Amino acid sequence: MHNARGTTHEAYCVEREALSMKQFQVPRPPDDALRDMLASLMDKGKVGGVFALAQTGENSYSYALITDKKLLDHIVPTLPLMPANAGKMVSRLTMLEPVKTPIAVIMRPCELRALFELVKLEQARLDNLLFISYTCGGVLEMKTAKDGLQLKLEEYWKQVKTGGVSEDMRDSCRVCENFVPTGADITLTLVGNDNGKQTTVQVNSEKGEEFLAGLSYELTEAGPELEALDSMRKKRAEQKPDVFGQFAAEELGMAGLTALFGRCIGCHACGRACPVCYCSSCHFEAAENEFDPSTLETELTNRGALRLPTGTLYYQIGRLFHVSISCVGCGMCSDVCPVDIPVASLFAKLAGSVQGMFGYVSGRDAEEKIPTSTFEMEELEEIGA
Amino acid sequence: MKEPTIVGFLCNWCSYEGADRAGDARLEYPANIRTVRVMCSGRVEPEFVLHAFREGASGVLILGCHPGDCHYKMGNYKARRRISLLKKTLEQLGIEPERVRLDWVAAGEGERFAKVANEMADTIKGLGPLELS
Ligand code: SF4
Ligand code: SF4
Ligand code: SF4
Ligand code: FES
Repeated sequence: MHNARGTTHEAYCVEREALSMKQFQVPRPPDDALRDMLASLMDKGKVGGVFALAQTGENSYSYALITDKKLLDHIVPTLPLMPANAGKMVSRLTMLEPVKTPIAVIMRPCELRALFELVKLEQARLDNLLFISYTCGGVLEMKTAKDGLQLKLEEYWKQVKTGGVSEDMRDSCRVCENFVPTGADITLTLVGNDNGKQTTVQVNSEKGEEFLAGLSYELTEAGPELEALDSMRKKRAEQKPDVFGQFAAEELGMAGLTALFGRCIGCHACGRACPVCYCSSCHFEAAENEFDPSTLETELTNRGALRLPTGTLYYQIGRLFHVSISCVGCGMCSDVCPVDIPVASLFAKLAGSVQGMFGYVSGRDAEEKIPTSTFEMEELEEIGA
Repeated sequence: MKEPTIVGFLCNWCSYEGADRAGDARLEYPANIRTVRVMCSGRVEPEFVLHAFREGASGVLILGCHPGDCHYKMGNYKARRRISLLKKTLEQLGIEPERVRLDWVAAGEGERFAKVANEMADTIKGLGPLELS
């Protein structure tokens, strides 16, 4: 099988870590360090706005685009919650035309990767965006926001510091090995860092350097990769049997799938929340996909029983075909599922295998083509043999 | 038991002609293949396959021009990637990937059409019905 880029997943990890060029230290916790940096960028007129996770009330958090510097106090960019995939939000902002004033965007690696997929799908533009990301310790389920967040944070940051995996994390984060951002201009190294006290900021692109020029930071050569990153990668790989094991092909089949999605209420929230499930009118919500009475009757005659609402597996398998090549394993779909179906784990597992067919890692590079939009003349020769 | 149904998506420019040729030559091919003419194998979206399954098909055969011969130059190359992805997904879901077959049949290849269609019918017969809802 041809591999368009000739890189394996491991090579990809090495490749992107070679990205970091310079760095500086700030003797402040990450959110404070970011607020300071963003305030300076706004003061100097280098950015006109900031897109980041913000606290919008007691127990409530959402993404916000902020243009009033005074409101920067509300941002909590490294708080481990993901109310929406930010890639999808930025696509909403830039779908029709690029933003005109430079904006600093702070998002997690999988959100950045989702955004890059959306750029390839012509759903977003990157012009005038300064990307700030961080080595990501994962996020907690969104319901934690109203339920013991403060208690869980202590354990969470302890794990991030040592490169561990916290039990409370979303399943998709427990197995995510792409937690070092690619394509960011500026990266905070949260994993392995003592985030209560200080922050290390890496500058990964010339654009990043240009934005920071004239601010009071002294850049030095970036140090070697922190050991904690390696530890986190290993610990996450170890979680895979636990998260993915339940979806072995021999356990699935029609019977297994019917059982897995047996309590699906057909709300399609998983698709709505998914960054790379982007059609504005969904094929699976089209009227032509409703069974009409005559079809129902035939079905009943043929099968003797019918599950209602119909079309559950049709939707799930169809969505898998549509998104697996671009799925970034962010876990949004599981987090929003009202009946706790582990949708993201199934999707991420399949994403790994279909992307692997083409040596592709969704969103690692905004320039790369999505494998299904291109081809090689000589490949997949088992077809038609 | 009634024979499981197979839906065949045949490209207008090559494979549909090939099927015609098989008919003209009175070659035997299975009666349980329902053919749908499409303009190109590249027109076959994954939903078409799923839709066929949902409407009761147990197998889907997609036939297009040989690589290099697509009337639209690259439809069959794109189909090849798309259908491979689809088969991989089915396999991972524990649904036999052999239920979907993409193959090439040229306009003059009546015999090849009959051969592929018969093989597909045997495969699906062996696998039995698929019930997707
Ligand atoms: S999926 Fe990976 S990058 Fe995304 S939030 Fe979880 S750990 Fe971070
Ligand atoms: S399918 Fe789920 S895990 Fe994958 S990108 Fe969509 S929301 Fe994220
Ligand atoms: S969010 Fe859950 S219940 Fe709703 S459609 Fe998706 S799997 Fe079904
Ligand atoms: S026209 Fe026959 S495969 Fe494209």
